[in-house]
Amino acid sequence: METRRVGIFLMRIYLAFILVFGLSAPALADNHDLDGSVDTEDSLGQVVEQSVERRTIDEAAIDTENLEVTAFAGFISIEDFGVSSVAGGKIAYHLSENLFVEGTVGTSTANETTFERLNGDIQLLTDDQRDYTFYNISVGYNLLGETFIGDDYAFNTAVYVIAGAGSTEFAGDSLFTFNFGSGYRFLINDSFAFHIDFRDHVFDLDLLGESKTAHNLELSIGASLFF
Amino acid sequence: MRIWRCLQRGMLCALLVLSQAVGAEEESFQRVQVADPFVEMHTGAGSAFPIFHVVDRGEEIELLLRRHDWFKIRTARGVEGWVSREQIARTLNLDGSDVQLAELTQDDFNQRRWEGGVMGGDFGGAAVISTYAAYHFTPNLSAEASLSHALGDVSNSIFFSFNGVNQPFPEWTYSPFFSLGSGVIQTEPDATLVASEDRSDQFLRAGIGVRRFLGKRFVLRFEYDQMTIITSRDDNDKVKQWKLGVSVFF
Repeated sequence: METRRVGIFLMRIYLAFILVFGLSAPALADNHDLDGSVDTEDSLGQVVEQSVERRTIDEAAIDTENLEVTAFAGFISIEDFGVSSVAGGKIAYHLSENLFVEGTVGTSTANETTFERLNGDIQLLTDDQRDYTFYNISVGYNLLGETFIGDDYAFNTAVYVIAGAGSTEFAGDSLFTFNFGSGYRFLINDSFAFHIDFRDHVFDLDLLGESKTAHNLELSIGASLFF
Repeated sequence: MRIWRCLQRGMLCALLVLSQAVGAEEESFQRVQVADPFVEMHTGAGSAFPIFHVVDRGEEIELLLRRHDWFKIRTARGVEGWVSREQIARTLNLDGSDVQLAELTQDDFNQRRWEGGVMGGDFGGAAVISTYAAYHFTPNLSAEASLSHALGDVSNSIFFSFNGVNQPFPEWTYSPFFSLGSGVIQTEPDATLVASEDRSDQFLRAGIGVRRFLGKRFVLRFEYDQMTIITSRDDNDKVKQWKLGVSVFF
């Protein structure tokens, strides 16, 4: 009975597929025509260009460096569980001089709570549950500036504010986590930069039968490379 | 792909170092001629950075690299600095013709091939974070793969789906789309609940949504869909989901 019901459901889905994509078939044919003509133009352009010396610029051939890859390490204060070291990586895509989006992954290990330390053999979490890993996707806004060191050196820098959301794997659970904070990017040259980052990771943790909001403050330094 | 590029860059760098070591010539960059009375050079890639140099009309400049809407240039005298895209767009090619920089419009958005984005929303009461990549065969038809993480009070799920998307009116400012697909969902109950275990089920989904071109290379995207999770129990689970996010197209 159950298989039959699934079968009927699948058939309906396939019918819907045929309907939706069948309808778009004429449009598809039109676009092939369009594509074809564009292609011919392109290949014509190439033939002409090859016969003369390049005097016009090819925008696509200019090296673009919008992607920034960062490795970071620092400290995180996991609420109730003391301060631990944290390490991870980030990938940022710079959309404009001010805006960037950033994906972060990080890992840490929670220490014992004061309660556990005072009560010797009582453990609130197993060793596995103490592993603290997180990821988030955030949007940052740069406030550009320059930093001068001595009379001779000027470096491009940015103070940025950043906020986003993600997940934290901790205490045997995945927790929806907001993060917000601020950082400082110090560009050594066009390709390398240093970061100082301060971030608050906020989630609701239900550890002892009562849900509470935990603020986990992270302070880290990082080194990054632009691609 | 990225790894390949990295490797390629690594090899290029090594080659460059080697070639410089044996005294070979420097890399050659593309050049344009200044057509405005002057072009302003900033110390960094942003209008906030101070102008420290100007290049006069008629001078040739080299385009070294690009970061978002700023170009790093080098003058004939070897001065390096950053010039905005608007000013580069008003320079001339060496044959005297205008420099053509692609101005991304809704038309380009409709002709795009690759699209990727992040979205957030609600999955049957749980917060959901989702990322996706899409390939457009035509302005109307695309295929996309999406990975989502739903974080709820009683359970968490990770699901992967593969969808076919039809966008019947790509030229509309608010362009609707319809999608159909299927995937796998892995559900993990909350650690504090007892007598439940992880399970993995297949699901089918049908969705509707709307896209709006925001300018440059960004697209705003809203999506609502209904998922039917084919469970091993008597009844299938039906879950409603909505998501809002921003995509970038390439």
